[in-house]
Amino acid sequence: MAEKKEQLLEMYKTMVRIRTFEKEAIDLFAAGKFPGFVHSYLGEEAIATGVCANLKDSDYICSTHRGHGHLIAKGGKLDLMMAELYGKSTGYCKGKGGSMHIADVDLGILGANGIVGAGMPIATGAAFACKYRKTDNVAIAFFGDGASDRATFHESLNLASIWKLPVVFVCENNGWAISNSQENHQNITDVSDRATAYGIPGVSIDGNDVMAISEAAEEAIKRARKGDGPTLIECKTWRHRGHFEGDPGAYKDPKDQEEWLSDAKDALVRVEKKLIELKYANKADLDKVKADAQTEVDAAVKFAEQSPDPDPSEVLTDVYTV
Amino acid sequence: MQMTYAEAIRDAMRVELKRDPKVYLAGEDIGVFGGCFGVTAGLLDEFGPKRIVDTPISENFIVGHAVGSSACGLRPIVEIMFNDFIAVCFDEMCNQAAKVRYMFGGKADVGMVLRMPIGAGIGAAAQHSQSLEGLLTHIPGLISVIPSTPADAKGLLISAIRDDNPVIFYEHKQMYGMPGEVPEGDYTIPIGKADIKREGSDVTIVTWSWMVQKSLAAAEKLAAEGINAEVLDPRTLIPLDKEAILKSVAKTGKLVIVHEEVKTSGFGGEIAAIVSEEGFDYLDAPIKRVAAPDTPIPFSPALEQAYIPSEEKIIEAVKALF
Ligand SMILES: Cc1ncc(C[n+]2csc(CCOP(=O)(O)OP(=O)(O)O)c2C)c(N)n1
Repeated sequence: MAEKKEQLLEMYKTMVRIRTFEKEAIDLFAAGKFPGFVHSYLGEEAIATGVCANLKDSDYICSTHRGHGHLIAKGGKLDLMMAELYGKSTGYCKGKGGSMHIADVDLGILGANGIVGAGMPIATGAAFACKYRKTDNVAIAFFGDGASDRATFHESLNLASIWKLPVVFVCENNGWAISNSQENHQNITDVSDRATAYGIPGVSIDGNDVMAISEAAEEAIKRARKGDGPTLIECKTWRHRGHFEGDPGAYKDPKDQEEWLSDAKDALVRVEKKLIELKYANKADLDKVKADAQTEVDAAVKFAEQSPDPDPSEVLTDVYTV
Repeated sequence: MQMTYAEAIRDAMRVELKRDPKVYLAGEDIGVFGGCFGVTAGLLDEFGPKRIVDTPISENFIVGHAVGSSACGLRPIVEIMFNDFIAVCFDEMCNQAAKVRYMFGGKADVGMVLRMPIGAGIGAAAQHSQSLEGLLTHIPGLISVIPSTPADAKGLLISAIRDDNPVIFYEHKQMYGMPGEVPEGDYTIPIGKADIKREGSDVTIVTWSWMVQKSLAAAEKLAAEGINAEVLDPRTLIPLDKEAILKSVAKTGKLVIVHEEVKTSGFGGEIAAIVSEEGFDYLDAPIKRVAAPDTPIPFSPALEQAYIPSEEKIIEAVKALF
């Protein structure tokens, strides 16, 4: 019970940190503080949080273009992330990657990725290395419903299955691949159905219920660590924003949008209710978590703004190590 | 009439969609969304979902299916959202589209067009900014068209759609909003004909796509310093208008090649080789290339600006010959 309380509070904190970071990032982008693409994770916080709550630092994740949440949940530092969004020399990738390419290999974060579906073979390769080196580490591949149509998905699930690799495929089904609805881009409702084709377990769960995600991930990760092979977990969710900042999301039905953003469905509000209901926290506790997150994000912004631009000579470094 | 580069491309597709019922468009988010850069906006409303086909995230399929449908008499115009993603459907271009006609002894035409945006400058980082136009020129069987003005874009795209060969059509993101005078209605420019964008007598600058605009600006500055540069835009890399290039070099005696793709194995090397082989006697100075450095494209604006070939670098390269 104490353990459960601790765990839920910890996950709540992570979700709040993601939400606060993401809200700040979209405002900063709108204010023209940095260029490029920002794909917001707002609304999907429970997934990265619930999955990564079960990981060690030595486990691996492969993230996506919508990657900020995964990075934060895996332990990424907000100041280094923010500096990377700003393209500053102090950022995670010295400003060379930007929002879509943040990586922290020391934390097992094998990068966000600008190529949809590219993370799945890489995560499966990381799992191959874990097994080869006889560690009990696992790898997680995060990807969207859209990515589950790509060949990389099918090849990765098949290979991971026949070789019983310690990888968990986490599909963040937010119903959309840019403007293409799931209904339009695949003839199934549950992406997890595809697990059957590769002879691995597949489950579909509420992607806005952090406890359910954490439980499903715990089981899949245990299975992977034991050497029993991969699992496909589909988390059904909704992205609050457009595909990227600047996309008004006009293709969404406003009724769906309203419903998913309501208190009844919003992942963060749901944890808050749960925490209060179980008497794990009171309103003041929750407010403190939010205030702390804001303080941390403000400091990250300050750090980013005060950091220097990379020197132009940096263009030529980090390629060919001769 | 005045149109932007994006509007001119759309206009060309509209002309052909109206003229030939076998013409259709397929790609990701080209329908309701109107394309990531708005190029296909409004076409779904005008021509309906049979002609304007939204696909799942399936680049292998997008290109591969166009090989099949064009071999069976249709005229697909397919879109890959960013030139960078050509890497995920390389087999379909390299081993299928390019080779079918030849391997089948001339018995099948692959009259497809593949449209892709190239180019850096919007902070889209390493996987969304490349200019890979040289890459596919190494694969015999593919035509490469790369326009630098709205009028060229329209005239060449209509010709590309009517061509019986697979044509790759490179659009530069930086130019989508650029206006220019464009002929109305049916307007074609023959594939394989260079255009002298600025006449000059002292040095030939061979360049394409966005770099034409930069070279023209550089040429104005050079003129103020007494150097009269000729700016020659081949407009199609395959087939290449060698005669026009050799003729210009015969006149000026000096050649500078400017492209945004990286220097090593960039198409500029091919042009330099042709001029050395067939026009060596015309040259009274070494051939110079201005190109991006051999690195991936950095995100940080401070680095990206240093990466992209600039007016200053063009001017410097030209002056070094005098
Ligand atoms: C191979 C490839 N094709 C297309 C794109 C352009 N693109 C970026 S995100 C995206 C949609 C991804 O949808 P999904 O996998 O469901 O993830 P979501 O954005 O919904 O999180 C597309 C088509 C890309 N980056 N890579």
